[in-house]
Amino acid sequence: MSSNLATESTVAGAIGQSPKRIEDDRFIRGKGNYVDDVQLPGMLFMAIYRSPFAHATINSIDCSRALAMPGVLACITGKDLEAHKLAWMPTLAGDTQAVLATDKVRFQGQEVVAIIAKSQAQAVDAIEGIDVDYDPLPVVVDPKRALEADAPVIRSDLEGKTDNHIFTWESGDADATDRAFRDADIVISLDTLYPRIHPAPMETCGCVSDYNKATGKMTVHLTSQAPHAHRTLFALVAGLPEHKIRIISPDVGGGFGNKVPIYPGYVVATAASLLIGKPVKWIESRSENLISTGFARDYHMSGELAATKDGKMLGLRANVLADHGAFNAQAAPTKWPAGFFNIATGSYDLPAAYCKVEGVYTNKAPGGVAYRCSFRVTEAAYLIERLVDNLAHKTGIDAAELRKLNFIQPEQFPYRSPMGWEYDSGDYDKAMDIALELVEYKALRKEQAEKRERGEVMGIGFSSFTEIVGAGMSKICDIAGLAMIDSAELRIHPTGKGVLKLGVQSQGQGHETTFAQIVASELGIPSTDIVVEHGDTDHTPYGLGTYASRSTPTGGAATAIVARKLREKGRQIAAHMLECAPDDLEFDSGTFSVKGSPDRTKTIQECIFKAYQPELPEGMENGFEDVTYYDAPEMTYPFGTYICVVDVDKGTGEVKVRKFVAVDDCGTRINPMIVDGQIHGGLTQGFGTAMMELISFDEDGNCFGSNFMDYLIPTAVESPHWTLGECTTPSPHHPIGAKGIGESPTVGSPQAFVNAVVDALTPFGITNIDMPLSSHKVWKALRDAGVSDD
Amino acid sequence: MIPSSFEYVAPTSVEEAVKALVAGDGDAKVISGGQSLLPMMKLRLASPGTLVDINGIAGLDTLEEADGMLRIGALVRHGDLERSALIAERYPIILDAAQHIADPLIRNRGTFCGSVAHGDPAGDWATVAATLDAQLHAVGPKGAVTHSARDFQTSMFETQLGTDQILVEARIPCPKPGQGSAYLKIERKVGDYAAAAVGVMVVLAGDTITEASIGLTNVGPLTIHASAAAASLIGKSIGDAAALEEAGRLAMEASDPASDLRGPADYKKDLVRVLTKRALRKAGARAQGQEA
Amino acid sequence: MSSKAQITVTLNGEEHEALIEPRTLLVQLIRETLHETGTHIGCDTSSCGACTVLLDGRPVKSCTILAVQANGRQVKTVEGLETADGLHPVQQGFKEEHGLQCGYCTPGMMMTSVALLEENPDPSEDEIRKAISGNLCRCTGYVNIIKAVQYAAKQQQGVGA
Repeated sequence: MSSNLATESTVAGAIGQSPKRIEDDRFIRGKGNYVDDVQLPGMLFMAIYRSPFAHATINSIDCSRALAMPGVLACITGKDLEAHKLAWMPTLAGDTQAVLATDKVRFQGQEVVAIIAKSQAQAVDAIEGIDVDYDPLPVVVDPKRALEADAPVIRSDLEGKTDNHIFTWESGDADATDRAFRDADIVISLDTLYPRIHPAPMETCGCVSDYNKATGKMTVHLTSQAPHAHRTLFALVAGLPEHKIRIISPDVGGGFGNKVPIYPGYVVATAASLLIGKPVKWIESRSENLISTGFARDYHMSGELAATKDGKMLGLRANVLADHGAFNAQAAPTKWPAGFFNIATGSYDLPAAYCKVEGVYTNKAPGGVAYRCSFRVTEAAYLIERLVDNLAHKTGIDAAELRKLNFIQPEQFPYRSPMGWEYDSGDYDKAMDIALELVEYKALRKEQAEKRERGEVMGIGFSSFTEIVGAGMSKICDIAGLAMIDSAELRIHPTGKGVLKLGVQSQGQGHETTFAQIVASELGIPSTDIVVEHGDTDHTPYGLGTYASRSTPTGGAATAIVARKLREKGRQIAAHMLECAPDDLEFDSGTFSVKGSPDRTKTIQECIFKAYQPELPEGMENGFEDVTYYDAPEMTYPFGTYICVVDVDKGTGEVKVRKFVAVDDCGTRINPMIVDGQIHGGLTQGFGTAMMELISFDEDGNCFGSNFMDYLIPTAVESPHWTLGECTTPSPHHPIGAKGIGESPTVGSPQAFVNAVVDALTPFGITNIDMPLSSHKVWKALRDAGVSDD
Repeated sequence: MIPSSFEYVAPTSVEEAVKALVAGDGDAKVISGGQSLLPMMKLRLASPGTLVDINGIAGLDTLEEADGMLRIGALVRHGDLERSALIAERYPIILDAAQHIADPLIRNRGTFCGSVAHGDPAGDWATVAATLDAQLHAVGPKGAVTHSARDFQTSMFETQLGTDQILVEARIPCPKPGQGSAYLKIERKVGDYAAAAVGVMVVLAGDTITEASIGLTNVGPLTIHASAAAASLIGKSIGDAAALEEAGRLAMEASDPASDLRGPADYKKDLVRVLTKRALRKAGARAQGQEA
Repeated sequence: MSSKAQITVTLNGEEHEALIEPRTLLVQLIRETLHETGTHIGCDTSSCGACTVLLDGRPVKSCTILAVQANGRQVKTVEGLETADGLHPVQQGFKEEHGLQCGYCTPGMMMTSVALLEENPDPSEDEIRKAISGNLCRCTGYVNIIKAVQYAAKQQQGVGA
């Protein structure tokens, strides 16, 4: 930690305070500016004709009926794009993806023809005028089937490809793990599917591409979590000179990972604007969003946990089949095909661990985005926490006690995990103890025992997760060759009010408020005196964007450091004005004072004004601004313990979450109000994942979950009450000790719900139900176990 | 998403509306609340050539008791029923259902009669109407016709209502002394259709069931009136667990659900059994003044 | 092509005339013809409530009402909440209690909340949860939305007292 602990500042809006959000002033007035709000003169509209088949050869495409319909200006096919070398595009994972299908379609909902018309209604009408002649092909839905020797080859476009295998990735020591299992008294096995789900932000994806023929500039208003990276990718994909591309990601109506990839619609709309010379708007419908853009998870996991009969964990082994759909469009650092799945040892001091992940193609929508999680950490946390609860049931050791028996201890940090990560800090017992007290654990177990006597079904589930976030670490993390750094540019005007420009991009996290708070703490300027800008690539410094809880770990660090650079400039100026040595000055809450002479002071505002005046210290330039690019030295490791209490209706299988306690440690909390808000939202998404959200397919590859009637997002009625607790273990390497919070609750909570339900059903011999825990699945488990409704 | 083009007429009388339907020659649809029709049109699952909007017709918003019948006019919205003191006091099954139809915003727009006329076996009101033995009054080019709610639906999304007829009012017998009723619905979340729902009405003399009726929602291609299950209860005590179990079993036998995202058929059948028992207990308690 | 319809709609107290296709949805009229973009679209199936407006005072989904059906009627959107006296208590509540994150569902959520408080000035938490159950929020878990409505209820009662 720095000697000037940011949290000590008394300046208005400093770190640790909860000022109200700056951005709300426009949102509560309906004056947010989302991509669909962009209305430009002469703007045209694009609609996409999509494949009804999951796998079929395209024989011919006839757009003549559509072209004859009112208002239709153009129908763009894959063949048209081929002429511009745009029919295929690279994915973030180093694969290629069809922009518009040329040879065949590979998933239901794949983009085939783009229609450009004068109005949105006319563009949508013309979808019915597209005639495509298909020859249906055998469909591969099951990833296990995809690996069989006689399975149809989905990616026949890849030269020499004779199977559906994408990658095999291993981590850990297989031999040492085998030995641990040989020595074990108990081995817990779990085969589980972390099902395919979707981030489903309330705003779908879309763009308005606006090519100016006169200047040669392409401005794209884009629902983007990573506008700078997207600009570079547009340059690489479309061959446009990068200085002639401007990405504007205005207000973004939720992202959660959905708005990290580049989608075919963006590319075609941009190409259309380039060709026609007019602005083209494309806004996904909800069903397009759910069936074609960035799904998450879809990990078929086989996990084994080795332990002694006393509950000491000895080893973890995991084999995963990762269903990536028709194109490998996973959004993760390029060198990490299974993301950071090897964080799977979680909060436990496991001597040995090994995991293997195989990625396969299937006839489903492409993706594998990190939905509100750092790359595949959600799946990893789920697996270990489910195994641990099952171990508790097997050994009869209390689930909380078992965890405490195996937690990595505070004195072990920095802790080297058996699969290679170096955890920066943690105090897992502390989080557990706070959670146990908040939930009134002893009373609950007593109540459970009494209820069981009466034939009632109640369960208590735990999750003591450890995350790895903040990528970060350019020596191991890049995306398409771009180092995963982030940036901040700070410019303070003569009167002491200024602007902070970021490479990261808010989708609701409140950056305009919290990043100004970091400046407030570091520089002693009230947070409301700082305007935060982001999202416009012409006006902000380069960065890799907001996902994987990386904004605070990277952009937040950059902000603290750039503010410190300016504070040092201020110190030089103050020393010059006070005629003392810079080292003789103390800085507190915006004021420099001479050590031992507290009445000799200069405020930071006086120093800033001086920076724009003559007679500065020898060799110093005027102005008060700087920029920092931050490459994190390490990841950060937020953690927590969640405890869930459920009651199960034996008659209907309905699960009622009665109580949920969440104790999070995200290090320093910049704005506690916003941190709590992030946790509430993430827990509710985790609840949705555990209880109701699902994208599934029939054997023909028809997608279920293609609208909000079938893809179930919790309303206020289903959403449980949350009880929050906190502990704070600052990150030792982050400038302000912050670790990131956005994703802990989605990473940490799903397994707590499942563990609670399994705990409730343990007396009936039930050891697993896969998510989502729909009432009918719980009902079936109960009836299969011979439990009646009375 | 936007519907296909159509002609729009907004008549101010039932007669005018019927004329517009006749002129539409089978390709015209009545729109009242539009909360089922418009989503289907937006998804292009329905593309009527003409919409006949009856919202401007005066006198269709009746909600009152008269001549021993509860009259629910074509423009009475779900929310009107949910907020009605009369319904809260006298028709608990209607209040139960009103609170669980779609969501509160849809309920401010969708109508009881429109839901019944939609002919959807997932429609909660069709079950309530069948359970309470409603009469459905329609007007067509040949004048007024009355249908029984118990055989109104003829197949999925089809009813006895002609394409040139408008369902103008539902009439439900006022409750008898000793009557209790309830509607229990299992839904995956607010806004969902029922995985299964059961409506029951009983009339008690002391503890003895003298009349009973049971309706089932979304567990077959049609709205189901489980008459055998209801008949089995006559003369039994409302506290007779075996009788309730038997009624539940018979109701289950009357159901014919399909497996879908809401669950497999055997789950839905079991729900019918369980919900029938629970609804009977609730209706019984209400009949005896023990529960609101 | 169908014949166009001439309508008169009062939006936030101001009367507008428009010549529209009958298939135009009310939300499209508001956003594209009348250029008030605070009302949003979040789904195709009348499930999300991002488009909630008040039609003659009642909250409805403007994506599931035809613009022609608003002919001669009063429509109120988020842009109509603030008056010369300042922000509506519901707007204040959403800011004070951190009732929003990305802001996309917020206008619809606030319109539903305004209507709730007009009907029920002192709703319980359970009543608030039920009332907003036709409006989906993906960010907040509804916790602070509920607090925002409670804040507004207190404000309004304070003013009335």
